[in-house]
Parts: sequence; C-alpha cells; structure tokens
Amino acid sequence: MPLIDISDLHVRFGPVHAVRGVSLAVDEGEAFGIVGESGSGKSTVLRAICGLAPTSAGSIRIDGQTLTAPRPPAFYRRAQMVFQDPYASLHPRHTVDKVLSEPLAIHGFTDREARVERALNDVGLGQGFRFRFPHQLSGGQRQRVAVARALILEPKILLLDEPTSALDASIQAEVLNLLDRLRSERGLTYVLVSHDLAVVAHMCERLIVMQHGQTVEELTRAELQAHHAAQDYTRNLLAASEGFTRAAP
Amino acid sequence: MTLLAVDNLTVTYPSRQGPQSVVRNVSFTLGRERLGIVGESGSGKSQTGRAILGLTPLPGRATADRLEFDGIDLRAASPRDWRALRGARMSMVMQDPKFSLNPVMTIGRQLAEAARRVASGRADARDRAVAMLEAVQIRDPARVMAAYPHELSGGMGQRAMIAMMLITEPDLLIADEPTSALDVTVQIEVLRILDDLVTQRGMGLIFISHDLRLVSSFCDRVLVMYAGRVVEELRAADLAQAQHPYTRGLMGCLPRIDADQRPLPTLQRDEAWAR
Amino acid sequence: MSTREWLLTEQPGSRRQARMGQTYRTWLAFRRNRLAMVGLGIVLALVLVALLAPWLAPQDPIVGGSLRTERLLAPSWQHPMGTDDQARDILSRIIHGSRITLLVVALVAVIATPIGLLVGTTAGYYGGWVDTVLMRITDIFLAFPRLILALAFVAALGPGIENAIIAIAITSWPPYARLARAETLTIRTADHIDAIRLQGAHSARIIWGHVVPLCLSSVIVRVTLDMAGIILTAAGLGFLGLGAQPPQPEWGAMIAGGRRFILDHWWVATMPGLAIFVVSLGFNFLGDGLRDVLDPKAHK
Repeated sequence: MPLIDISDLHVRFGPVHAVRGVSLAVDEGEAFGIVGESGSGKSTVLRAICGLAPTSAGSIRIDGQTLTAPRPPAFYRRAQMVFQDPYASLHPRHTVDKVLSEPLAIHGFTDREARVERALNDVGLGQGFRFRFPHQLSGGQRQRVAVARALILEPKILLLDEPTSALDASIQAEVLNLLDRLRSERGLTYVLVSHDLAVVAHMCERLIVMQHGQTVEELTRAELQAHHAAQDYTRNLLAASEGFTRAAP
Repeated sequence: MTLLAVDNLTVTYPSRQGPQSVVRNVSFTLGRERLGIVGESGSGKSQTGRAILGLTPLPGRATADRLEFDGIDLRAASPRDWRALRGARMSMVMQDPKFSLNPVMTIGRQLAEAARRVASGRADARDRAVAMLEAVQIRDPARVMAAYPHELSGGMGQRAMIAMMLITEPDLLIADEPTSALDVTVQIEVLRILDDLVTQRGMGLIFISHDLRLVSSFCDRVLVMYAGRVVEELRAADLAQAQHPYTRGLMGCLPRIDADQRPLPTLQRDEAWAR
Repeated sequence: MSTREWLLTEQPGSRRQARMGQTYRTWLAFRRNRLAMVGLGIVLALVLVALLAPWLAPQDPIVGGSLRTERLLAPSWQHPMGTDDQARDILSRIIHGSRITLLVVALVAVIATPIGLLVGTTAGYYGGWVDTVLMRITDIFLAFPRLILALAFVAALGPGIENAIIAIAITSWPPYARLARAETLTIRTADHIDAIRLQGAHSARIIWGHVVPLCLSSVIVRVTLDMAGIILTAAGLGFLGLGAQPPQPEWGAMIAGGRRFILDHWWVATMPGLAIFVVSLGFNFLGDGLRDVLDPKAHK
C-alpha cells in the first residue's frame, strides 16, 4: 500500500481550476518529483496534501486513511513542508530558537532544549546559530533552519516546494546533499516540486511532469536519464534544461 | 573592433566600517559579441552592468582608469551626454519586466515613444514598434500594442521589454538576468531572439546571469566574478577546461540529469579568491 | 568583551542576549535621528515633570495667593509664567497639569491600542463575515468626528477627566484597527504564517504570536503620532468644560479660563498653549523617529 495515495485530485480557487484530476502514489521511503512550469499546478498539489489548498474533488489518502479538512493535529506530526523562499518562510522577529521550539510547545514536548540542539546539529548549523534572528543568516542558512523546523516533529513525510530555487548554485548543492543525507538516515518520504529537471532527476526515483493542472506523463529516474520521454512537452523541457543550443550556421 | 573598454572599474559604497568595494578592478573589452558575466549573489555582476551605464545607485561611486564606449569617455559624460547615449546607443534589460515598464501606459505607446528618438514621424514610430514586436516573435502585435503591462504573461512582458530596449537599435545591450523569471522553455525562446539580434545587427551584448550552464551555452566569452573581482576570463567553449577552482566548483556543484553523483561536490571557498 | 560587543555580537548565547542585542541595534538606529532624540527628550521630560510635580512646582496649583494683590500678574522672577485670575501661579499649574496630560496619553494608549490591534488582526486574519462585521462596526466609529463622538460620550456619562479619557479611548481605536487589518492582510498569506499553521498552531496563537508582533510596530508609530491629537482632544474637551473640571489644572481648561483676558493678560492662555504645543511636537518627533526604525516600509 502506498504511503501517499492521491486519486483524481481537483483544486479550484473560485473560477480558476488549478489542478485537474491528478493521481499519484508514493511509497514509503521513496522520493517523488513533480516537475512543471509556473502555473502548472505543481505547488498546488503539494499545498492540497497539507491542507493549505482546498480539495474540490478526488481524495488524498495517507497510510490508507482519507485526509479530512481541517487536518487533525496528528497529521502535522506525520507530514511537514519546506517552502521555496527562505526569506519569507521564517518569521522576521523570531530567533531560530523560537522558530524551532514553537512546534515542540504546540505538541507538548517536554525535552525541548535537547531537541532544538539536536535539530540544529542535524542540519549542519552549530549551537552558535541558535539565538540568531533570520536577518543574521544567509539564504542557505535560513533554508537549513526551515528544514530543521520541518523535521523537529519527526515527520515521516517531507513536502518540498522548490526548496533550492531561491539559492545560489553552490548553496543548492549543500542543501540537496543535506536533504539526501536526512532521507537516508531517517527513511523519510519526499515529495519534491521543482521547475528544474536536473534537481528532480538528482533527488527523486520517480516523477510526474505537469502542465495546465494535468499530468503530462510519469517517468522513472532511469527513463529521464536516458531521455526516454514519450511526450513532446517533456522532450522540450529536457532540451531546454541542457541550456541554449544554437542552430548550425 | 572594440565597442566597450573597461579598465580597473571599481564600485564603492560607504558603510559604517568605511568604504566597501562591491566591484574591484574589473577590466575587460567587448566587441560585437556576446559576453557573459557569471557569479553568485553578491559577486558584483549586476553592479558592474549598472556602472557601465552610469546607473550606480547612490551613495555608491564608480571609478575606472578607462571606461570607453565607441571612443566616448563615459567617465567624463555629462547628464546630457548620458541622455543621448542611454536608450539610443546603449540599453539595459532587467530581470523583471513589471518594474521596468510603465504600468499605466499601453505597450504600444511606450514603444512608439521610445521609437520617436529614431523615427521620422508618428506613423513611422508606430510601424517600427509593430516591426520590433514581430522581431521579438510576438505573433499578435496589434493586441500587444493595445495591452497594458499587467495584461501580458511573464514571457510576453519580457519580450515587450526587449523590444522596447532594442527599438532604437542600440550598439550595446546589457541584459541583467533577462530570463531568470521565465520558465525554461520561454527562456530559450527569448535567448534565441537576443541571439538573432546580435548576429543580424552586430550588436554587443553583455549577458549577466547566475546560471553558468546557460551562459556557457549562449555566450562567446565568459567572465566569472567572485566577491567583486573577475577571477577568470575564458572562452565559453573552454569552460570545461576552466583553471580557477571557483569556476570549476560552480560547474561541478550543479546536478546533472544524466549523471548520478551523490553527494554533489560542494564548493570549498578559499579566502584567497576574494583577495 | 565590552558591553557593546556583547550586545552587537552576531552569535548571541542566550535568548536574553539576542533580545537585548536587537533592542540595542534599534536604539543605535534611533539615536542617529536628531529630531527623534529631541522628541524623546520632551516626552521623557514630561514624564519626569509629572512624577516630580509636587517637588518641582514652586507654589500650590489649586489655592492661589491674595486675590487683591496677586491676580493676573505678568511673568516675573516670582511667577515665571505669571498668575491667573484666581491669583494662582501658572507655572505650578502647568507642572501639575502635566500629570493629567500624561494620564490621558497613557490611558488612551493602554485602552485603544489593544482594542484596535485585536479587532484589526482578527478581522484581517479570519476574513469573511468576521471581517465584514468587525470592520462595519469600525466604520461606524470612524464616521463620527472624534471630538463630536467624545462630546456625546461625555454628555451621556457626565463631565470629568475620567469620562473624557474613556470617550477619547473609545473614539481613537478605529484607525488602529484599520491599520492592523491592512497589515494583517499582507502578513496572513506569508509563507511563515503557512509554516506555523502546518505546525498545528491554533488561530489564537498565530494571531497573538505571529501576526500581532508584525503589526505592532506600525500601530505604535501611529499611536505616537496620534498622541498630539489626543492631547488636543483632551484640551478641547477641557476647553469646552467637558473634560477636567475646575479647579483641576488641565491645560485645555486653563486656556479656556484665560480666554477672557487674552488681550490684556496674554500669558494666562499662552503659557498652557505653549505647553500643549511643545508636548504635541515632542510626540510627533518621537513618532517620526520610531517610524524610521520600526517600520521597514518607510525606509528609502
């Protein structure tokens, strides 16, 4: 039984039909990618899983149980999200310490000190960062804090919404390595949304390509690496991700 | 033929700890070719582009031993000289078209206004505007002429922006991350337009980007900037043989579709690079 | 390590150090604005004078001297600001009057700011019918000119400084509610609010812990800038005989009292007028300075 099972998901915002019948299944421990361009509805699928976007039709099941709206508190201990923009996803007036200890307070953990310290070490930030404000951190450090916050409740599922697209290439590599390491250490399940095929190919075993709210096709990493795409749209994306090609003069 | 010559360009901002240089001793020459400037955020690549156009924001100050465009000394240019140069002979395309287009004027009016500088009359300006929109691959120029900037998609807006910057047929175009806000497929189309314009009109192009892979596939030559300095200058085709560890690190840390390398090599920064 | 280094370190070792460092940085930014420092000085002086009024005032503010020989004396060494028609020393009355002014300012701030913040953030955060109901109530309060509404309240509750304060407080929260709501509308779609929602936080925690702190600075700035208006409203009510009652030395009431002699004995009305002017100006300078350091949107 897949850990995350989405069938025929529709999301409407008023007249806008953002997601039109997307189905996917992610096994436990797997990393699953969703690739698409802006407006393809890829982020909306992610937001629908965690309840930030409404489910108009279809169902989302986790461990075989259909999710209800609003999500029960226990849900947030099983699935967490990392946002795209590390400058917007941390409260500007809260220290790292406050950011990390608040979820623990909400869920009634008592050993908060030890957990915060461990979470900082896990994402490669030392204790020296604990009482800093976001404006005292670089983009990469902020994204590490965001990852630490997502993991502090020890969820099994991590939803990643373009986690590195606001970062420089060298910082992107560090964050991708961190995510990779955490997944193998903790047996996490990832759903990664990105516009960058190379990032998804690096991180995920399987992926879907989305366009206009619909699934264009589903591929495995091996198929992607071999450029075995059945659809023109996917082939265009693949070609574009190689960079600019000049027609022979 | 040298179109632009820059020698020891330095851009300095005052700060509490004394003056801070965000661009340090940058020198290069540009012919009628595509030159890429690559670097990460804070490398000074955008500041370099702005300084060439005399657009260093206050309280910053740009100095150079030589800053010459087509034989004109830009260091000594008066505000009047700048008005004659900017827009007409040298232009800049920014990352986000929404900030560079006037939101309360139709594209057509903005284009025609820009075209008036080179056109013989009102009708000629309009014809040039339509022709320019066609040149940047806008299929329905009449609709775009009548549209306001917010009515256009990102790719369309960026094309309209490029059309506006090119309608005066400048000799030099500085494009600062012109495609970073666009989807990859649209990005390639916009680059193709720029590429045609360079080849057909013999324009000089400075292409500023963080995307090493894109720049190396598009440009003839690449300057790699780190902490305000040019650490390496090389032909785009020779990027694989880059000497500087920073350039090599930047190339290496990108994930690749057909290579499965894990963990990704990360960049070990060296204090000496910044010196 | 000096105290300064301890405060400005990029690696604070404790919650307290982080918070104090942040406060110190704000202070450093504030200190650079000279007019703001002048405003802060005036406001601090008001507080000091109010606290030490019995020791500072040379004479009794209520009981005057001889009505035959000491009425309406021009400013002199004996009476630096002259005396009024009851032969009372005006300087002493102004010094004691600062207590009333400070009371008005402090109570209005303490009552109106939380009401405005709570109404505004709640309306903005929930949206929908909550927003509609709360904001229409706010609109009703906003529709009346402040002085008129305060007049109606005082007329209903009876004249007196306490009722004047309640009336002013009730009429000053609507602008703060609107401001807080507008801020909340931009904040509530931010990723960091979504993030805390995904941690399972309740709405009350999100509003108080995450939205209010971000609205607070602009509301504080607005309240400070409004202080001048509040002092003037209190003075206006006093002037109309609806605020502080004689013989209380309220500045507005003092101007009203001096109105009859304004041509022959200018100092009776002018001196309390000057006091109102200086304190209002002080709050305005302070508010401007606070806006520069607290409200990031005001930065150039």
